[in-house]
Amino acid sequence: MLAAVEIGKKIEDKKIKIGKYEFTSRLFVGTGKYPSMDVMKEALDASGTEVVTVAIRRVKINDTSTLLDYIDTKKYKILPNTAGCYSAEEAIRVAHLAREMGISDMIKLEVLGDERTLLPDPVETVKATQILVKEGFTVLVYTSDDPIIARKLEDAGAMSVMPAGAPIGSGQGILNKNNIRIILESARVPVIVDAGVGTASDVTIAMELGCEGVLLNTGIAHAKDPVLMARAMKLACESGRFAFLSGRIPKRLYAKASSPEKDF
Amino acid sequence: MRITLNSELKECPDGLTIERLLDLYQIDKNRTAVELNLEVIPRKEHSKRTLKDSDVVEVVTFVGGG
Repeated sequence: MLAAVEIGKKIEDKKIKIGKYEFTSRLFVGTGKYPSMDVMKEALDASGTEVVTVAIRRVKINDTSTLLDYIDTKKYKILPNTAGCYSAEEAIRVAHLAREMGISDMIKLEVLGDERTLLPDPVETVKATQILVKEGFTVLVYTSDDPIIARKLEDAGAMSVMPAGAPIGSGQGILNKNNIRIILESARVPVIVDAGVGTASDVTIAMELGCEGVLLNTGIAHAKDPVLMARAMKLACESGRFAFLSGRIPKRLYAKASSPEKDF
Repeated sequence: MRITLNSELKECPDGLTIERLLDLYQIDKNRTAVELNLEVIPRKEHSKRTLKDSDVVEVVTFVGGG
């Protein structure tokens, strides 16, 4: 009986807090590259996410359908990105336009170094963070897994530091767990792994390390069945989080029996 | 007069406001942001800001992204 009660017990976790915003789901999901808008809508729902990223681009003249026709802004918090910007100046310009949309003062700041690697330009990223924070934006900043840069971004006022697990869209998972652990040791704002996630176990690993959340797009959007993968990512995120909160056993070099060794 | 709208040259009537320009091209005012000569123009000013010859207008919206 007791076991049944225990199983039925609601597992409580605190919310992830980013600046003045709080979310129950720790999975942030992108809206790019789905086979169709309907699949995207269903995948977002299956992922349980509360925050979706979007990009800013020129409107196509005479094309009246927009992404927002498919995203319920009461259900999801919109996190515009500055994807495709290669200087602080460009990223700030896009951030201003994003805010003028009147939906969100959150910005996923992304200042890239080059097109081949899509790795962030750390100098321009720090510069843009300083300016956007002063202008009142809630800045979530995409960065490499360099612990020193992560600290500088936090010092610049970023509300979340988002190291890449692996290059954007590469699906390689968390390539340098040690760096992520070092970032986590000193971080005072939520650390969210952004980019590189290929499958559910990658999300779990990030969460088990103690990351507060994971942001992903291609891993879901380009899966053969995006809706099913979205569900897998949701469960993986929760699994990793609970494992982290549970406090895992230390790794041992030698065996340790699970059953009593004598007395029979 | 001629203006540049999202990199395309457009012939427009003189005295056109930003609001009228958006109407002319059937652009949803509530789901776009407008930049005039690299300056973001708040939505509430669209009906007051008149365009002049050689102005460069950018109209953006949200699209899918990660």
